[in-house]
Amino acid sequence: MSADRYEMVVGLEVHAQLRTRSKAFCGCSTSFGAQPNTNTCPVCLALPGALPVLNKQAVALATRAALALGCTVHPTSIFSRKNYFYPDLPKGYQISQYDQPLATGGRLAIQTAEGGEKSIGITRVHMEEDAGKSVHDRYPGVTAIDLNRAGVPLIEIVSEPDMRSPAEAGAYLRTLRQILQYIDVSDVSMEEGSLRVDANVSARLKGDTRLGTKTEVKNMNSFSGVERALAFEFARQCEQLERGGTVAQETLLWDAARGEARISRTKEGSHDYRYFPEPDLRPLMLDQDWIAQTRAAIPELPSARKSRLAADFQVSAEDIEKLTANPAIAEYFESVARASGDGKAAANWVMGDVLATLNAAGRDISQFAVRPADLAQLINMIRDGLVSHAAARRVFAVMAETGKPPAQIAHEEGLLKVGDDAALATWIDEVLAEHPQEATRFLAGERKLQGVLVGFVMKKSGGRADPKRVNQLLASRGGGG
Amino acid sequence: MSVADFPTLTADAIAARVRQGTVTPAEMVRASFERGRSVGAGRDALNIVLWSDEDAAVKEAETLSSQFAGASKGGRLAGVPIAVKDNIATLGLPTTCASKILAGYISPYEATAITRLREEGAIVVSKTNCDEFAMGSSTENSAYGPTRNPVDIRRVPGGSSGGSAAAVAAGIVPIALGSETGGSVRQPAAFCGIVGVKPTYGRVSRYGLVAFASSLDHISAFARNVDDAALTLEVMAGVDPRDSTSADLPVPSYREQFVSPVTMAKPLNGVTVGVPREYFPDSLDAGIRKLCDRALDSLRSLGATVRDVSLPHTSLAIPVYYIIAPAEASSNLARFDGVRYGQRIASGDGLRSMYDATRSAGFGPEVTRRILLGTYVLSAGYYDAYYRKAQEVRALITGDFTSVFADGVDVLFTPTTPTTAFAIGSISDPYEMYLSDIFTATANLAGVPAMSMPVGRVEGLPVGGQLIADHFAEPKMFRVAYALEQALGDEAHR
Repeated sequence: MSADRYEMVVGLEVHAQLRTRSKAFCGCSTSFGAQPNTNTCPVCLALPGALPVLNKQAVALATRAALALGCTVHPTSIFSRKNYFYPDLPKGYQISQYDQPLATGGRLAIQTAEGGEKSIGITRVHMEEDAGKSVHDRYPGVTAIDLNRAGVPLIEIVSEPDMRSPAEAGAYLRTLRQILQYIDVSDVSMEEGSLRVDANVSARLKGDTRLGTKTEVKNMNSFSGVERALAFEFARQCEQLERGGTVAQETLLWDAARGEARISRTKEGSHDYRYFPEPDLRPLMLDQDWIAQTRAAIPELPSARKSRLAADFQVSAEDIEKLTANPAIAEYFESVARASGDGKAAANWVMGDVLATLNAAGRDISQFAVRPADLAQLINMIRDGLVSHAAARRVFAVMAETGKPPAQIAHEEGLLKVGDDAALATWIDEVLAEHPQEATRFLAGERKLQGVLVGFVMKKSGGRADPKRVNQLLASRGGGG
Repeated sequence: MSVADFPTLTADAIAARVRQGTVTPAEMVRASFERGRSVGAGRDALNIVLWSDEDAAVKEAETLSSQFAGASKGGRLAGVPIAVKDNIATLGLPTTCASKILAGYISPYEATAITRLREEGAIVVSKTNCDEFAMGSSTENSAYGPTRNPVDIRRVPGGSSGGSAAAVAAGIVPIALGSETGGSVRQPAAFCGIVGVKPTYGRVSRYGLVAFASSLDHISAFARNVDDAALTLEVMAGVDPRDSTSADLPVPSYREQFVSPVTMAKPLNGVTVGVPREYFPDSLDAGIRKLCDRALDSLRSLGATVRDVSLPHTSLAIPVYYIIAPAEASSNLARFDGVRYGQRIASGDGLRSMYDATRSAGFGPEVTRRILLGTYVLSAGYYDAYYRKAQEVRALITGDFTSVFADGVDVLFTPTTPTTAFAIGSISDPYEMYLSDIFTATANLAGVPAMSMPVGRVEGLPVGGQLIADHFAEPKMFRVAYALEQALGDEAHR
């Protein structure tokens, strides 16, 4: 089979939960992990007579996201009802936006594998509410319903079918997630369900300009899962077409454990959602001044931050990518770099000990004990010769535990460099005594052994000895000199 | 006064006496239940009351009295027993919409309008019968059997708020709440010989009113006179943060504007009353026409200028209504799925069949008909031809009203209904039943305030005259209604 005759065409629908304290249409909490059905009220339980009231903060966040994605935010948009029956959809309809969405016509630039840049079109960004959760595995033989999620505010970001490979889809998703994180509109966690991706994929002969019949692939729980699902489904479609068959428009569910997508039993494509304008909500009217203010208040986007940091600090492009992957890390790095005046050292510390410590503890940088100013001070202590690099790493470890300032730790733990000749001479004497073979050869003029002996002295001093002075002292004792 | 006067007392009079301390709220509540028993409000007679709890109501009245302190002896409705249509959420009593699908459902929260009435001292004594989910014009479509008209028990009280209308007409309560989607308060008010008022859309919060057709639904009031109707509306009106479609406009005092012909010879000088010719078709019952003419003569003698006008799209109101209302209903009633509350019929054969069994058994034939109709008109491929087109025509109907009001007309006067109360079981064709709302559905489609008031009787059966005003022009509407009521006096009930 020759799948390389075909081209993959992918469009993505991303649902991101907006980071609001309360739900889209009622005052219930959106907190994750509460006891089932405790974050509910007459509105999100769809009790008879209850009415939705739009959460203004959700509108602000959705607008910010739409603007950050280069969309045109419309002064009037309409909420519509998407009607279907499902036990975790309490009203029997989802409040969404349909033919007059919040925003349309944006773009997102992604880095391609070849190192170039590609622009992916954003068709629309609209607001909607989440459904509840059907729990199938809690009680044997029974499906339970948890409505804590029902009514949680979402935005749906629909892309144009502009992606041509799983890698491009992955790049789009990672770039999109980074933007949503930077502008602080969503927690973008696929594990907690605050980010979900559905993929529309079709295959066509290379050179063909018409779109093939697409299928929708759902149920991926990671970005790499999306990439794998796309590759799987594309191969399946190619095989179908190669055999002279056609692709049916259907929905498939990705099974990550088996690495395959299966056709969904519920035929989503045949649903008639009977959309009509939601009569319980007035049209959403946004005034141009407010939109302009929202635009002006958008935090710095990842691309802008990258070029600014690259211009300000002597850090490689590769390192800048790593440092800016997460906005809080980028923020932290920038503070350390500015306070220490040493971007290179700041970058090394952040990518090294800082991330390693956070990963080991499973912590977020917002909960990190080491303040940027303290890390900057530690960097400067190394620069000023007050601590060795090795000692500094031990100071850092204590800082991460206790949050104390580095100078105090270095002092308390006796980690300050020792440059005092008498103390150093004692250590040198001890080392020479403990390593008689090396000592004899060194004193006989074998100068290349000096480095080894310095190492022993450093080790003995617990990293505190000033290596420069140890070298000088040893050199003065070396034979043949 | 004595408690025996209760059936003739207005809400305003009861509250005044309670505030003076000459009667207690508990006495008024007991008097209401006593009256209910004597007229046969129960299932075996007039079948007005679906749910009531005398002990609880008396207790609530006593609690209310215990809160009276010093000069403060309660609010504008202190100790006034009220009846509430069973599609408005109340605490303590069931809210079933006269449907089997909500059998046993007790709302854990309360409608904003009810809360406001209670804050002024009103006490809910009963939930009243109605057409199931307010779908009907006769209160015959109730899962609990039809309500009978207290004026003539062989006849319907009108609908869908027939139980509340009958409760007021029978003297069980001075005021009651109903709801309107196409005339469901004005039509029964006309059939029962009382006052029924539907405010401007957005004037009274819909929070807690079980939705039939959200863009047409209004909580509305019944009373035995214009003053009580205005008082009830004043208490309920005003913006509600729980209803996004409620209007954030100040609520004027409707009653301050009243001028009686006793104090001023021509209280309606400068007022122009429009008479839309489309509401007086050749087929109109001759007796009703005569009573309307008499009312118009009264209006002239009160100083009003009466002028013929045209609302050319009137004939489209019923077709448009029967597209928009079922469309919204088909979506609004989707929540009655047996999953969270109300009746569930589990066939043991999975989700789909639970839905089918629950909804098939839970909804009566008229509700089922409208859900099917609404589902159809919203389907892909039909939306533009039906729902979108209907919304366009609705805008034309609204335009008819705004242009006559812009053209100097203050209020419109029409008959409320084309006929008087018909016999129970006499109309079996749904479309014929729908035509009973022909003069009232227009105001729901346009969202303008409208009311029905008694203007006389034909063969002993009450006839309602309808006043319609511009959006938020309730003060004008009440002012004209009050003057007309004073001028007609006892003639209104003869």
